[in-house]
Amino acid sequence: MSAPLLEIERLSVTFSGGKKLVRAVDGVDLSLGRGEVLSLLGESGSGKSVTLRTVLRLHNERRTKVEGSIRLDGTDVLALKGRALTDFRGKEAAMIFQEPMLAFDPVYTVGQQIVEAIRQHEQVTSAEGRKRALELFERVRIPSPERRLDAYPHEMSGGMRQRAMIALALACRPKVLLADEPTTALDATVQVQILLLLRELQRELGLSVIFVTHDIGVAVEVADRIAVMYAGRIVEIGSVRDVIRTPRHPYTLGLLSTRGHGGGLSGDRLPAIPGSPPDLTALPPGCAFAPRCQLASDVCRQAAPEAVTLAPGHLVRCHRTADTVKGLPKAAVTS
Amino acid sequence: MLSAEEIDNWNGGTPPAPAKLPPALLEVSGLVKHFPLKGGLFGRGQGVVRAVDGVDFTVYTGETLGIVGESGCGKSTTARLVMQLIRPDDGRIVFDGVDVGGPKLPLKGYRAQVQMVFQDSYASLNPRMTIEESIAFGPTVHGVSQSEAVARARALLDRVGLAPQRFAGRYPHELSGGQRQRVNIARALALKPRVLILDEAVSALDKSVEAQVLNLLLDLKDEYGLTYVFISHDLEVVRYMSDRVMVMYLGKVAEIGPTEQLYRASRHPYTTALLGSLLSMDPDRRTTEAPLAGDPPNPINPPPGCRFHTRCRSAEALCSEKVPGPTRIDGEAPHYAACHMADRTSGHSRAPARSPV
Amino acid sequence: MLFAPADVKVPAVPIERSPGYWSTVWRRFSRDPVAMAALAVIVLLILVAIFAPYLAPADPYRGMTLRRLRPPGTEGYPLGTDELGRDMLSRLMYGARLSLFMGVTPVFLALFIGAAIGITAGYVGGWVNTILMRTMDVFFAFPSVLLAIALSGALGAGIVNGLISLTVVFIPPIARVAESVTTSIRTRDYVEAARASGASALLIIRKHVLGNVLGPIFVYAMSLIAVSMILASGLSFLGLGVKPPEPEWGLMLNTLRTAMYTQPLLCALPGVMIFITSISFNLLTDGLRSAMDIKA
Repeated sequence: MSAPLLEIERLSVTFSGGKKLVRAVDGVDLSLGRGEVLSLLGESGSGKSVTLRTVLRLHNERRTKVEGSIRLDGTDVLALKGRALTDFRGKEAAMIFQEPMLAFDPVYTVGQQIVEAIRQHEQVTSAEGRKRALELFERVRIPSPERRLDAYPHEMSGGMRQRAMIALALACRPKVLLADEPTTALDATVQVQILLLLRELQRELGLSVIFVTHDIGVAVEVADRIAVMYAGRIVEIGSVRDVIRTPRHPYTLGLLSTRGHGGGLSGDRLPAIPGSPPDLTALPPGCAFAPRCQLASDVCRQAAPEAVTLAPGHLVRCHRTADTVKGLPKAAVTS
Repeated sequence: MLSAEEIDNWNGGTPPAPAKLPPALLEVSGLVKHFPLKGGLFGRGQGVVRAVDGVDFTVYTGETLGIVGESGCGKSTTARLVMQLIRPDDGRIVFDGVDVGGPKLPLKGYRAQVQMVFQDSYASLNPRMTIEESIAFGPTVHGVSQSEAVARARALLDRVGLAPQRFAGRYPHELSGGQRQRVNIARALALKPRVLILDEAVSALDKSVEAQVLNLLLDLKDEYGLTYVFISHDLEVVRYMSDRVMVMYLGKVAEIGPTEQLYRASRHPYTTALLGSLLSMDPDRRTTEAPLAGDPPNPINPPPGCRFHTRCRSAEALCSEKVPGPTRIDGEAPHYAACHMADRTSGHSRAPARSPV
Repeated sequence: MLFAPADVKVPAVPIERSPGYWSTVWRRFSRDPVAMAALAVIVLLILVAIFAPYLAPADPYRGMTLRRLRPPGTEGYPLGTDELGRDMLSRLMYGARLSLFMGVTPVFLALFIGAAIGITAGYVGGWVNTILMRTMDVFFAFPSVLLAIALSGALGAGIVNGLISLTVVFIPPIARVAESVTTSIRTRDYVEAARASGASALLIIRKHVLGNVLGPIFVYAMSLIAVSMILASGLSFLGLGVKPPEPEWGLMLNTLRTAMYTQPLLCALPGVMIFITSISFNLLTDGLRSAMDIKA
């Protein structure tokens, strides 16, 4: 096993912008191998987007306290400053966002922005840059790429813009691609196209990808490994087969059971996870999921669980893993 | 008994056993809405957005009709037209046998019977009114006394799972998305409607909260004998909630029929493509091919003939010339597909052969 | 069919009430030191204006030409005397009355009229909106100073005419803001929901639109008070608006012009008062705007 490309250790991110401190990420350990796709799966407040943005150091320095370490191919990301930091962004690691309209400057054409990105990091002429941009557009399967290079963002459809954003991210041949819910805002038929494209590009270019999503289906389609996050912590991590076929954390089990709509469940009530997403300004002591967990015991409420290794590469942070081998017991349905 | 509409659309073959359908509650026919594009002198003259371009459907009492489609299909506009929040350019809405807006059913009376829950839970509530004031507003408009309206509001809050003593005096910004959506449901129910239109009501919620709200909706439907129109882009949720599903494309109905029949044996290529875009839950059997290329087109200049023909793999010359009407598909419950391939009389090479009579 | 309230037993526990909107706004506002300071200054000025007869050491109208243009610090005249020998401090205090009056009154009158026009245009839309707003645009096209001067000139000098011209100047911008705020509120889902429950347009405006629209309009109007004061002072400076011997800061600036080279400090005093008052109103408005911006 070659050394992992990206290593995140004991990462904690606390925001001090509002009245109370928000602990968005609480002790996250992650590693991303070369050519691997890792999906961060979770709902709002899980800390998945914050983790991703911290890799690119996108948060406001004054209002964010970051602890722990992030190392990309040997570079200490958290120690980067100034010129080194701007060089890092885009070249070593690049990001694609959920809303492509927001990532593009509306007053410049898409082609201009890609060329700008390339020339920011490499010494190429404008013509060379444009040639590269054209190649990228062909690679992301944008029809009539020559013409589209000169289009403004608002002139493109949603799917096209997303492809353009992927082209922008890949412009400087980054080592890591960070995808923050890039398909959430897309229609179903377009989402499938973009996911297939990303998978194809990842294979061709050997990219390492961290893919943040709240949709299990998306994670299954693209990821090699899945990390399920809740309240700023990773509660379960493993290969995609481990997590989908043999989930062991009550939260993962809950998520997967609500996803089993369709056919089988019509007429019955959905097995729903009770309660609401956690309040990150007032996390309970112990396991953050305990207030909503069927299997919660006193231990769960008092002590935050440590990671338990269930199989090689399959870790779960739960005190009750012994009771989840066959899934969750059938509980009273909540509404 | 076959309705007049069913007989009109009959395309031959053995008539199905007359299904025991519940009475039709909402009958929409020929609904049209075009929005003028801004620009040009006086803000007109740049073309129209054909948001809804001839939509017919029926909602039967006690059922849940799901409406699915992608951007530009017109499902939200249809919802607002049914609610009469926008005035249709053409078309007729009949509620319980009576013309809406006519002398026997003025708008105000109609609105007490058909209510809507919107997608954006925060924007749907007046930020300056407390929760119970928001819920009690509707009934007071219809003559209910203030004290009774407030009592009803509190009872409804309790019913949707929000303890009145904790929530009645709060403001919308103090509640979470799921809680606000429950308030919106309570607000819609305060008028004791018979039909509830849910326009992407759970789309903005987290999955875990979404399941709770869906369960609540099902409970309320059973308890109060409601009829739902459930609009969503999430095909799995629609499959779970609906008895029948209507698929819309570019302002027209592509297919409408019983849920399972539609999901398992769709007869319109767009429906098939849409269902084919559902993501796999099995890591060993991932999707390998996207069923459709390109983005959903713009309803400003829809293609001639069948609107889907530009992206359809089975399109033929006929498809760009003639608009396919709804063709009845064999089966118990009414199932229609607007496709030449389903129509024996169309002349499409893939149309079923005429059976010997 | 549907339940009756009696079916559901709701425990008779008192309902927790959250603090209302304005009390929340006040709470946030009171935590802003700059805004509170501005408020204090304005309150002080208002009190001085109201109690000027009791606070002023001398009669602002009586002057002794022998004692004209004394510098500040002269015995008996803490801020000096003006060109007719009148006590500056007293004149500044009495001036507060007129200046504040000329600043606030036109804006409040314009607020009523402009808000009515703008809200109607915004809610009704269509050609009504077009007619009303384009009419406002005609007035808005003139620079405010020019318009004020033109109107005052046409109407003649004097306080009442000055008030009228200033009110007319401020109606279009307020109407514009009112229209744009109303239009954005009108399309919100909760207004649609209110329409969907069968409420009439007037009821919707009263219950749903006004509450959400008046706040921003009010804050915008407040930001115009400073402008109004300066415009009024400008009018008096030019000989329109307030006439001598009334003490009004702008007028005082005019009449003290002659002393600019001999007693510059004296000359600047009324200007300083105008500056302090306008900046306090501006900071107050900023503070209000931040306090009212309550996000989820």
